[in-house]
Parts: sequence; structure tokens; C-alpha cells
Amino acid sequence: MKKNITMLLLACSACLLLYTGCSKENSASNKKGAELIIDNQSEPQSLDPTQIQGVPEDRIYKALFEGLVDYDPKTCHAVPGIAESWERSDNDTVVIFHLRKTTWSDGTPITAQTFVDSWLYYMSPEVAAEYAYMPAMIIKGAQDYNSGKADASAVGIKALDDYTFQVTLIGPVPYAVDMMAHYSFTALPMQAIKKYGKDWTKPGNFVGNGPFVLESWVPQEKVTVVPNDKYWNKKNIFLSRITFLPIENQTTAYNKLKNGEIDWIPEVPIEMLDEIKLREDYHVVAQLSTYYYEFNINDPILKDVRVRKALAESINKQDLVDKVMKGGQIVADGFVPPMEGYTPAKGNFFNLAEAKKLLADAGYPDGKGFPKLTLIYNTSENHKKVAEYVQQQWKNNLGIDIDLQNMEWKTFLDKRQANDFEISRAGWVGDYQDPSNFLEVCKSDSGNNDGRYNNPAFDAALVKAAKMPEGADRMKVLRDAEDMLITQDQAFIPLYYYVSQNCIDLNKWEGWYTNTLDIHPYIGLKLKK
Amino acid sequence: MGKFIIRRLLSLIPTMFLIVTASFFIIRLAPGGPFSSERKVTPEVLANLEHKYHLDESLGKQYLEYMGDMLHGDLGPSFKNKDYTVNQLIAASMPNSLMLGLTALIIAVVFGITIGLLSALRQNSWIDYTGMSIASIGLSIPLFVVGPLAVLIFAMKLKWLPTSGWITGRGGLKTLIMPAFTLALPYFSSIARLTRASVLEVLHSDYIRTARAKGLKDSVIMLRHVLKGSLLPVVSYLGPAFAGIVTGSIVIEQIFLVPGIGNFFVKSALNRDYMLILGTVIVYSTILVLMNFIVDILYGLLDPRISYQ
Repeated sequence: MKKNITMLLLACSACLLLYTGCSKENSASNKKGAELIIDNQSEPQSLDPTQIQGVPEDRIYKALFEGLVDYDPKTCHAVPGIAESWERSDNDTVVIFHLRKTTWSDGTPITAQTFVDSWLYYMSPEVAAEYAYMPAMIIKGAQDYNSGKADASAVGIKALDDYTFQVTLIGPVPYAVDMMAHYSFTALPMQAIKKYGKDWTKPGNFVGNGPFVLESWVPQEKVTVVPNDKYWNKKNIFLSRITFLPIENQTTAYNKLKNGEIDWIPEVPIEMLDEIKLREDYHVVAQLSTYYYEFNINDPILKDVRVRKALAESINKQDLVDKVMKGGQIVADGFVPPMEGYTPAKGNFFNLAEAKKLLADAGYPDGKGFPKLTLIYNTSENHKKVAEYVQQQWKNNLGIDIDLQNMEWKTFLDKRQANDFEISRAGWVGDYQDPSNFLEVCKSDSGNNDGRYNNPAFDAALVKAAKMPEGADRMKVLRDAEDMLITQDQAFIPLYYYVSQNCIDLNKWEGWYTNTLDIHPYIGLKLKK
Repeated sequence: MGKFIIRRLLSLIPTMFLIVTASFFIIRLAPGGPFSSERKVTPEVLANLEHKYHLDESLGKQYLEYMGDMLHGDLGPSFKNKDYTVNQLIAASMPNSLMLGLTALIIAVVFGITIGLLSALRQNSWIDYTGMSIASIGLSIPLFVVGPLAVLIFAMKLKWLPTSGWITGRGGLKTLIMPAFTLALPYFSSIARLTRASVLEVLHSDYIRTARAKGLKDSVIMLRHVLKGSLLPVVSYLGPAFAGIVTGSIVIEQIFLVPGIGNFFVKSALNRDYMLILGTVIVYSTILVLMNFIVDILYGLLDPRISYQ
């Protein structure tokens, strides 16, 4: 027996020696040029644009694919991609794109028909793309096709000739072209999808049209991409490789950054913020997203708008962002974040005297007789801090007690979406820069309206705005709608606008810019000389 | 003995069947589903998705289909890692977990038994006190403290090793050392303490006194009688420990970025990735029941008082 154990140990040690070898890590690739190593936050769900929905996937998508238009790295508005130019006609409801002559990484030409085939594939019910609702929102006939009520011929897209592509929208939709930089409007290599089926995204099979092509993908370890020789704008690609590491733990990522093993982390460990804030490579900027507490409008107590307003006006949000969050977040009294051409509604800001009066008017002077409500949030240190602060504020300022209840993410979503809550933590991140992207959430027929806010006048205003052309008049209609939602009805309590918190050394890299969508293309990104 | 092995092997089948069946239905009881997300998908899109993955069929039918596929070795698609099947994900992550786990286990066994034995033989000496202090610390400080501490010292201050990451194949030693030693620590501690206690007990038993009285040499007594007799509790501890250590530790995997199966095990449950949960449960429970089975057999080899019937 002893002999057996010894043999086993010997065998194991031999394996270990063989495995580790005596060579050094292959570092030849670093010599050619700049390799960018990114903390991509999690393992991508997929590299197939029809199957993705998160930010980590989007970061890889931007390296591997290109649609008609791209995001400008500073403003996030549309800049030419595969389309060299575009124009609108028929009261702005038709967009005609003029495509450049370019090919996929396997040499197959990209034509207007490519976009017709790709978009129809993306929207088809069988493909079951989760983001199919984006094209369905703006392209004529797309909704019916995606839900199986109509066939492909109903969709308003057409190849006028090889390099002219026409899109018919449901209305003038001013933000339509900006929106098309999103991956739900991508071009797809139908030839590779046909050839390899589900395996077309694997290294070796992969075909793309973006600035980079897939080099390797080891699940949970890394995804690497290298420049695409066939890319039309390859003269502006300066990176020799991008490595995406799926680091979920923010402290692990931050340690790697500090040790020089990684170049860019898009998120920082909150508990180390005091140290990180002093770093030169830390970049904070307001993001197109809002953190808020949602009321269940069907709740017998919260049905009373005076109660909702009292709860909103009794929270000192400035202290919340300055003393609790400490990350540079911006106090929000309106729901829509500030954006070009739009100033958010003023909302009902911190006003203790009025809050107390409103609560008394509602029948609860000094909080007496106010039933114990429950505030739910998904388990996270950050959400807990906010919830405890708000609980304390209501206790001290209004004399009311609430319970806090944290729950695991999917359980939390289930409760919230089933309208089975009283007050719930919520957040909304914009996909494109238009107030409607936020306000649509609160329409009575929206699937995301978990608090069940229902105001026909608000709905009507949004429907009206959707048919209006770009300009101040449209913004005014939207602004009035937001006033209705927040200032008049207090459908929820906006707390703050999120900020993006990236760490990347801009003394070392150039071509990387902060922006409100926190989107960072790789074209033009390079090592400083 | 042969009969015993066959009988025990056959009894593993209903055990596995029960585990898979129970898991299949229990995970469906959890609120939410694989496609629930903050940005709720439209009912049309949800219907398309559920149809694609056969989630719109009756639970009974889904179960029968799953069992049928499983018996053919097909564990189905992953709902979250959509470009891979569960088989591919397990095949990609299991070798890394095995590599890390086996290394950690070897470290734990070699150091654990050595320290345990020395501590017992030199009871109440400085060796004993030092060894047992390390073991107590190893048991009481959680891995999420030890891990970052090791990173701080060996990677960030001394710069001997990378903070985290994983290199498969050549050059992998430097990414293996820290996670392996960290993961080994609690197992080392348990083994050292178990070994010490049991060696002490055996040393005071009658048959050792008899062996000494017979005039046997100390080294022979140690190896043939003391060690063999005192390894029983260690061996029975090693069965489940092995299963735990090779199926990965989510804490270690996250701190050191090890692409192992532990991550899938925990995250599939959070994501309601039904197929991946079942796949990892099957792997985990297979290893666990097999290890217990092997331990049962080893028992007989180590302890002449146990016979197989």
C-alpha cells in the first residue's frame, strides 16, 4: 500500500513538472506594438451579435463588427461606418444609406443585400434575439415580423442597388440613425452562419467586418482579437492585440491594474474609492443613467400622491451623494439625465417643511399611524448603503419606519416585475441619447413599468412626441411629459445620476475619451509616443 | 471483495438518478427564469426564446427529454454561455479545476501528514506548537482573507508572482502556485490536526506497546503500525475533501481568475441556467459518490478489522 501511495505521488509530481515545463510565458506578441488588456468584467454570453445583451459583450462586439454607423468616441452620435453617408426623405420617415465597398474578413463583399439579410435574420422569431425590440421599435413592420404576425416582406428595409440601402421608419424618429450604431442593427456574416451553424463564432470559423478579428477564446480565461487586414479603415488601427479578461471581482481587477498587468478597468472597487480618487488614471463622468426608488402605484398607501411627494421631499440627496456614495454621483430630482438640447424636469427637491405638511395632509401627522412599508433591493453593498441612508432619513425627518429587504437578483426581478412590492430600488441606463429612451419606461403599456404608473395624458404626450420631427418643440413635449411624471405625479423618487468610473492611464494611451454612454471604440486608440 | 465492489457500484445508479431528478425539479422552483433581466424582454421575444430552448413544453416532457439526452452523454445547451454546450463548458473548465485541486491536495496531504506526524511524535515541543498554530490559523482564517493577503505580499510587494490569471500548459507554474497553496491551507490544517490526534491515540494503544515489547525497531513501528493505523480518519476525510477541492472553489477562482468549474457551479444557479446547473451537479455528485466508494475500499486495505461482505 505504501508503495502504491508513493507511486501515486511520484506520478502526480511528474504530471506537475510536465505541465509547468521550464519555459517562460510566450511574450513574443508584445514586441510588435501596443497590446491593450481590458478588464471585461465577465465571461461574454456569446460573440454572436444576435445573442448578446450586456456591456462586456458589447465591448467585444465593437472590436469584431461594424454596422452602418459607429459611435463617435466623444459625443456618441453616429459617424460613418459601413455607410459612407445617408440622407432622409419622405418627411424624415425614410433613411437612405450609401455604403462603401468593403468586405468581410474572409473576403466576401458587404452589400446592401447583406444588411437586408442580416436584419431580417436578427429579427426573425426563430433566432430569438433579446434586443430585437430595438429595431422593432423604429422600423416599419419589424414588430409584426418579430412576433410572427407578418412575414419578412412586411419589414421596411430594401436594397435599392448593391450599395444603396433604404430603411422605412415608423415615423420621423429623430434618433434613429444614432440608435443604429447599436449591435441590434449589425451586419452578419450569413455565409459563415450557413457554413458553421452555431459554431461560427469559434476561433478558426469566425468571420467579422470590424477593426479586429477573433484570435482566441478560452471560456472564463480570455478572449483575444487581432487587427483585421480587410478592414476599410485599417490605417487607423494601432493596437496589435486586445485581450479581454473576464474579471468579475473588482478588487482583483484593481490589483492587476496597480501591478501593471492590465491597462483599463471600467469599474472600481467602491471600498477603495478614497485611494482610487487620488489616482491620475481615474476618470469619473456623468453617465446616461438614473438610480431611483420605484413606488408601487397600486399600493393603498402609496396611491396617495401626497405620501409619495412627502417621501421624496424628505431625503437629503446631496448628503447621499457626498457622504454615502462619495463617487462623484450627481443629485437627480428629475428622471431623464441632462443631454444635448434637453434639461430634465426640476422635480420635487429636498424640502422638509413641505414634506411634513404633505404627510400630515395625507392623514399621518409626524408619521403617526403610517404603516410599515418594505423597501426591496437586490443584494449589493452599494444598494444596502443607499437603502439604510433613506431608511434613516425617513425615520429622522418624517418619523416613519420602513423595513429593508435584500434579495438575490433574479428573485428581486421576479418580485418587481410581478408588481409584488411596495418600494423598490431601480436603475435605468440609456441606450441612446433621447429623453424618450427613459420616459417610454413609464408608459402604461411598457413591459418595464413595474410600478404600474398609469396616466393617459403622459402616454398621449409620448405618442405625440414620437411623431414629431427633431427640434425644440419635440423636446418641450417630452419635458412636459417628464414634469407630469415626476413633478406632478411623483411616480418614483429619482436619487442620483450614475457616473462611469474608469481607470486607464491617458498619459500612456491616446484616443480614449470619457462620454455619457461609457462607450469606447478602438479605432484611433494608441500608445502615446 | 469483487462482489462488494459490484454491489456498491450498482447502488450508485439510483443515487445519481435521485440527485438529478431532485435537482431538475428544485431549480425550477426558484423565482425568475433564465431570461428574466432588468430590461424585461417583450412577451414576443420571450416566447421566441422559450420556444428555442423548449421551455414552453410541459415540465414532464422536458424532464424525459433531458434524461434521454443525458443518458446519451448530452447535457444540453447553456442558456447563459450561448455559444457553448454544457459538455463543452465542463470539458474546458474541469481540467483547470483538476489541476489546481490535485496540486492543492498533494500539498495538503504531504505537508499535513508530515506536520501532524512530527507534532504527535514530539508532543508539546516547539514543532508541535508551531505546527498546530499554523493549522489553527489555516482553519480559522477564511480563504477570502488569505487569498488577497497572499496577493498583497507575493505579487504586489515582492513581485514574485502575477496577482492573478491562468496560463494553461507551459509557464503555468507561476499562476498555479498562489491559488494552490491558498486552496491547500484549510485542507492542510485539517489533515495535520487529524493526523496528530490519531497518531497520538495509536501510540498509546496496546498493539504498539506489544510491538515495542517484541523489540521491533522504532522506524518499523512507525511506518508499519502507527502510520497505517492512524491514517484511517485522514482517509475518510480525504474522500469528500477531494470532491470539494477538485470541483473548485468559487472564492479562489474569483480571486485568482482561475477558469474552473466552481464559477459555473455558483453562477449557473444565480443565472437560472438550468442545463448548466444540472451539468455541474452531475459532475460534482459523481465525483463525491465515487470518492466515498473509493474510501470504503481503502478502509479495508488499511484496517484488517473491516471485511467486505
